[in-house]
Amino acid sequence: MVPEPEFESYYGRQIIKTPTWKTPDVPVYLFVGGMAGGSALLAEGAALTGRPGLECVARAAAAGGAVVGTVALVHDLGRPSRFLNMLRVFKPTSPLSVGTFILAPFGGLSAVAFASHLTGRVPRIGRLAGAGAALLGAPLVTYTAALVANTAVPAWHEAHRELPFAFAGSGASAAGGVAMVFAPHAESGPGATLAMSGAAVELVATATMERRMGLVGEPYRIGRPGLLMKVARGLTVGGAVLTPFGARRPALRRLAGAAYVAGSVVFRFGVFEAGIASAKDPKYVVIPQRERLQARREEQARTTEAH
Amino acid sequence: MSLRDSLARSLHAPLDDVSAEAGFAEDHPPRMGFFTDTSVCIGCKACEVACKQWNDVPDDGYALTGMSYDNTEALGSTTWRHVAFIEKPATVTSTDLGLPGMGPPGFEGYESGVPHGEDQSTASGEGGLTWLMSSDVCKHCTHAACLDVCPTGSLFRTEFGTVVVQPDICNGCGYCVPACPYGVIDLDKEDGRAFKCTLCYDRLKDNQTPACAQACPTESIQFGEVSELRERAAGRVAELHEKGVDVARLYGADPEDGVGGDGAFFLLLDEPEVYGLPPDPVVTTRDLGAMWRHVGAAAGLLGALAAAAFAGRGR
Repeated sequence: MVPEPEFESYYGRQIIKTPTWKTPDVPVYLFVGGMAGGSALLAEGAALTGRPGLECVARAAAAGGAVVGTVALVHDLGRPSRFLNMLRVFKPTSPLSVGTFILAPFGGLSAVAFASHLTGRVPRIGRLAGAGAALLGAPLVTYTAALVANTAVPAWHEAHRELPFAFAGSGASAAGGVAMVFAPHAESGPGATLAMSGAAVELVATATMERRMGLVGEPYRIGRPGLLMKVARGLTVGGAVLTPFGARRPALRRLAGAAYVAGSVVFRFGVFEAGIASAKDPKYVVIPQRERLQARREEQARTTEAH
Repeated sequence: MSLRDSLARSLHAPLDDVSAEAGFAEDHPPRMGFFTDTSVCIGCKACEVACKQWNDVPDDGYALTGMSYDNTEALGSTTWRHVAFIEKPATVTSTDLGLPGMGPPGFEGYESGVPHGEDQSTASGEGGLTWLMSSDVCKHCTHAACLDVCPTGSLFRTEFGTVVVQPDICNGCGYCVPACPYGVIDLDKEDGRAFKCTLCYDRLKDNQTPACAQACPTESIQFGEVSELRERAAGRVAELHEKGVDVARLYGADPEDGVGGDGAFFLLLDEPEVYGLPPDPVVTTRDLGAMWRHVGAAAGLLGALAAAAFAGRGR
């Protein structure tokens, strides 16, 4: 056990503000964004390879996820009636702005694709919309990592390299999981493959992240967020272990799919709450900055000595 | 200039003219800011009161925190100036910082035991406490994370180089709140929108001094052109060091720091974290390039995983 490093603070008060983003709104959005974006990719694959059952489920998941995500985002605003102000500028420095311009067209395109698939009307426009949604799907899954990382919140910001991959994996396993639960067994094989590979990416990215981050990675290991991360890992690993047995047993495939989905949901709550915990404790702000400052001063001293 | 240089300049590198970078014409006014010299702060909180009054900021109720004389707690949506009070066991010997004392000018009354002409780090009374007081405020960063992440354009750079929220645009998304490395800006729970110090934008436009600086009785809060304030601050630190106050240091005055220097900077008598300030703040958008690259690579990987899920299965 590493001894608790000493540091000074102003009456133990936190330095940065606690994010005002509400729970469950934002973690739910992180999940449905990943699930919807991954599903749009699955839907196009299903359409290209002639799997109408899988296509129907994936298109529904993409369109439904976009609706739920939009509602969650608007509900999270302090002034929901002003949500359209998001569209008055486009700012690459603001992942929330970039995300708005991914989510808005994604929502429209996935809704058109699903409606067309359901009713059989305007099939060409439907397929075109579906292809558009698939193109926007992958960025929709991964931009949310930049959304949380582009803050001063230590546990989010310092994870900015691995978090996009962890979110990509989580989104893939959620989308695959939904397909495994709801699509006909004969067609849901690609869903199982996607979920399995997504789970592997998520687990590797998360483990790398926690190992590299040191003290700032601590909130991912301890307390309530630590517990959520452990439960998420258990569910995702459980889904991956069950998946091969589901190849010939529909009930087991459904169970594995549900485990992937649940794992993805809990993972998003874990990441969200780890960030909140790291904002509330001044040690995650002060100690790394102090160390950085110290290293820079030593470096300066060395260069002056060398001259 | 290459794209990389131009991105660095607008995101984190030293920047001479923040207003021009934000698109103001050549003849814009000079960058204005605060130099808060905490060595002469007496903790009167006139700045807090003047700010509330001028800007019509709602009250925060009445609560006793037990944090010395600080019942304001922190900067926030309804607190744009916050006076911190730090009590520490006395270790510093008294030094004349040139504050007005009791008695006629030139009168040295040390023997009487009356504290006079001494700074906050002077031992006070029997307990041997040192006092540190500091009036904190929005730093009006050269590279302001709150402004960078604001998705509506509500936060903007003024012609004076300051950072201001437009309440008629803000939709309360809250992105600026965790983006600020100093924990300055916050959402008002009742109102739903974000608020912070405007450096009295309305008064500046009328050639007036911001309310807090106007009210400060010891000139601890000094308002002026940032370039001039930086010179004044460097002179003040040198003066204090000469007088043996080795603990004096500037905070936020260096254009090479993680936020490109603050428009509102400080002279402190202890480590920044003692005052509740981050010791080495860095604007989050310094890593924006790395973030988007990883987001892009992860999106590519996801596309590949999806393609692989269908590959080799036929129809």
